[in-house]
Amino acid sequence: MTNTIGCIEKADVILITGSNTTENHPVLSSFVKRAVTRKGTKLIVIDPRRIKITRYADKWLRPNLGSDVAWINGMMHVIIKEELYARQYVESRTVGFDEVKAVVEKYTPDYVEAITGIAAQDIIDGARLYAGAARGSILYCMGITQHTTGTDNVKSLANLAMLCGNLGIEGGGVNPLRGQNNVQGACDMGSLPDVYTGYQKVIDPAARQKMAAAWGVDELPDKPGLKVTQMIPAAYEGKLKALYIIGENPLVSDPDLNHCEASFKKLDFLVVQDLFLTETSRTADVVLPSACWAEKNGTFANTERRVQRVRKAVNPPGEAKSDWQIICEIATRMGYPMTYESSRQIMEEIAQVTPSYAGITYDRIEHEGIHWPCPTPEHPGTPILHREQFSSGKGVFNGIEYIPPAEHADEDYPMYLTTGRLLFQYHTGTMTMRTKGLNEIAPECFVEIAPQDARKYEVQEGAFVDIASRRGSIRARIKVSRKAVAGTIFIPFHYAQAAANRLTNAALDPISGIPEYKVCAVKLSKAA
Amino acid sequence: MPEQNIIVINGNEFSFELGDTILEVARRNSIDVPTLCHLKGTTPTGACRVCVVEVEGARSLVASCATPAAAGMVVRTESTKVIAARRMVLQLLLSSGNHNCAVSGSAGQNWTEFQLKVQQEEQSAELCPVWGDCKLQDLAFRYQVTAERFSPSQTPYPMETVNPFIVRDFSRCIQCGRCVQACNEVQVNQAIHYGYRGTATKIIAAGDRPYIESDCVFCGECVQVCPVGALVEKDARYRVRPWETKKIHTTCTYCGVGCQLYLHVKDNEVVKVSGVPDVAPNYGSLCVKGRFSYNFINSPDRLTTPLIKENGQFREASWEEALDLVARRLGEIKAEYGPDSIGVLASARITNEENYIAQKFTRAVLQTNSVDHCARL
Ligand code: SF4
Ligand code: SF4
Ligand code: SF4
Ligand code: FES
Repeated sequence: MTNTIGCIEKADVILITGSNTTENHPVLSSFVKRAVTRKGTKLIVIDPRRIKITRYADKWLRPNLGSDVAWINGMMHVIIKEELYARQYVESRTVGFDEVKAVVEKYTPDYVEAITGIAAQDIIDGARLYAGAARGSILYCMGITQHTTGTDNVKSLANLAMLCGNLGIEGGGVNPLRGQNNVQGACDMGSLPDVYTGYQKVIDPAARQKMAAAWGVDELPDKPGLKVTQMIPAAYEGKLKALYIIGENPLVSDPDLNHCEASFKKLDFLVVQDLFLTETSRTADVVLPSACWAEKNGTFANTERRVQRVRKAVNPPGEAKSDWQIICEIATRMGYPMTYESSRQIMEEIAQVTPSYAGITYDRIEHEGIHWPCPTPEHPGTPILHREQFSSGKGVFNGIEYIPPAEHADEDYPMYLTTGRLLFQYHTGTMTMRTKGLNEIAPECFVEIAPQDARKYEVQEGAFVDIASRRGSIRARIKVSRKAVAGTIFIPFHYAQAAANRLTNAALDPISGIPEYKVCAVKLSKAA
Repeated sequence: MPEQNIIVINGNEFSFELGDTILEVARRNSIDVPTLCHLKGTTPTGACRVCVVEVEGARSLVASCATPAAAGMVVRTESTKVIAARRMVLQLLLSSGNHNCAVSGSAGQNWTEFQLKVQQEEQSAELCPVWGDCKLQDLAFRYQVTAERFSPSQTPYPMETVNPFIVRDFSRCIQCGRCVQACNEVQVNQAIHYGYRGTATKIIAAGDRPYIESDCVFCGECVQVCPVGALVEKDARYRVRPWETKKIHTTCTYCGVGCQLYLHVKDNEVVKVSGVPDVAPNYGSLCVKGRFSYNFINSPDRLTTPLIKENGQFREASWEEALDLVARRLGEIKAEYGPDSIGVLASARITNEENYIAQKFTRAVLQTNSVDHCARL
């Protein structure tokens, strides 16, 4: 997030898109609901499903799946045409305005209505509402990023925010809500194929030299490695021979699972470190038992870039060990001794090699976490990014054209499928499905379908149906719900027995490498 | 100007900001005014009257949590009148339900009878499930009152145990309304409200139905703020006594909000979770996963030794053997097919320190940049 969670309550208008906030970020959603019910903040929700947060919305727009760039361009069209944009901010702090202006020229409300299904007047009203705010905050989640145009969607939201002068101010911002506890930290720490810690690029010779010196090696590889979504096909083609997986369950969470399973079978060697035997670790050659979060010390970075302590409360079961200890022992055996006394000592090394974490120590975050960038021990941290200027000087507008999703409903596969999470389960369920109470409330997979579609396909509440896509099929029970929009079904991806990802499309965003979980074409039939 | 914003409490002058309540000014200056119904950040209801103070010139005592400080006000927080009023309130509350902690009065005959009644209703031989962790009990002790002055009232509504997480024990509800404020004004789940009138008053969900049939999302905020034993975590009820546990401050392991929570630990086992009050980002709030989904830690399915697959079957192995095998195989594959034939998936679930070590290992030891994590999946 460019801003903090607390900042949400300071906005005059909040725009939420592609985030089922109350289910996926429940405590954060309370900040939104409090702003609306107690402070008179206006809320715009742009989401196809009738999710709970829409109850609090002043304006709820229902776009067709994968049409985000179009409605965002449409709003910018209105804002520019009606001269509602922050002229001074745009002139002094940004570049590329003319490019955007030229691109959005043709995105008239009527043109956008034809693509998105949102009424032209609603585009106009929504644009006026957002642009009229002194402080406008944008919140988004996987509904924006899990598309072949995910990167375009994100850039478009940044365009919209910059156009209205909402970046770098309290109560504003473009705020991605991270789904997992330490997504932010995993990225910050360089668990990405193209960067070291703090986003220092592996192709930058200076960065490479610095890290090599710090790590005491002669050389470090200079070309970016494979993304996870490239590793799987590389395994399939026989180019990737060994995979080392730490605490992930790709054989439920990855797209197009059937293909993913076939790829895993081709590996020569698979090591998995995990708490449990999962769908993934079951297929491994070696499984190493790791300590869970309650059994070790360390830090997580939350969605607002706040680095917070994790503390050991209990001992791990049996011989299980912290993930870092296991890796250090393997490194040592491979001829590169890695020994640390504690996670604190590792954080000291992180601070040495990472400018944005340089001022963070366990002592400083003992009571409350600090937002990076925090370059020195005296620096208070940075709750709001881009305050005086953008990190790269000027904010850059990108003119972006709408591109339709990779797969379309057709005669054979006439419905759309979109996937997501539920409040009462988490990811692939390896943890939450061990809480009896959660299973009582959310016991099994279901197919959420609009009442009109249920009538059309003559399926009853609770009946089993088969859902098939070009890649696979699953069976689950029908749940008729007004949340669903006609023509589109929703399936939660938590459940391995009826894994929604047997259906999903592995078509990737060309830059982020994120698959299009949110749109694919399916057909529905009554289970035989 | 500043002189006008001065209030006198217990003989000392304090400055205040417009809109501050008497309670806020007092607390900021370390004057301990007791409260029961007051919930920080929500609209004051003035429901319990435990926080009353004497204001010079006022005809009756005022609720300090709901009365704004005014220039020139002279306040006494522990005068004889105030103490008498608080004692009266506490005595009434104590006799209003199954408050079977010792402070109810362990001297007389009535106590035994009452205690037997409660034990029978609860089918438990123990004292109140929140004994030692109850604001009413604390205040009764502080003001040295028992329930004996008033005869105990009947318990009007049966206990609700039909949901997996929260026990609602109306026999101990003092109708302070904190749960209602927490659910409506803090979490804004709008699941519970005041229902019925007078002595029949009850906190109800969805037209007086169980939580599970209402809009309740089991965030447990109501449990956390309930000052007495009326709302208690089902798994912790009678199982967890505060003096047997220690609390560890840590960060939630589920979503990216990063809520700060306490793990309550008893005998090397996490037995309860609560939110850390007054600390960002969540200021005490949690959701159902953070608060109630900790059983996996102690699951019998946890892996406890390394496993090596032989002929399609896993067998247990020592760390020595497993680590040697992994190091050897990775070394062989690297030598035979080159560093880029190996990939590492670190994780959005593990700590920063572990991610750092994983990518350092990948880059410095395996000599490839093929490290990623599944966060975007
Ligand atoms: S349940 Fe607890 S918090 Fe709610 S009114 Fe009763 S005593 Fe107060
Ligand atoms: S658990 Fe949460 S949603 Fe349910 S009644 Fe309590 S505060 Fe409200
Ligand atoms: S308690 Fe809920 S909202 Fe808070 S971090 Fe955990 S999962 Fe997220
Ligand atoms: S705390 Fe003030 S009336 Fe209850």
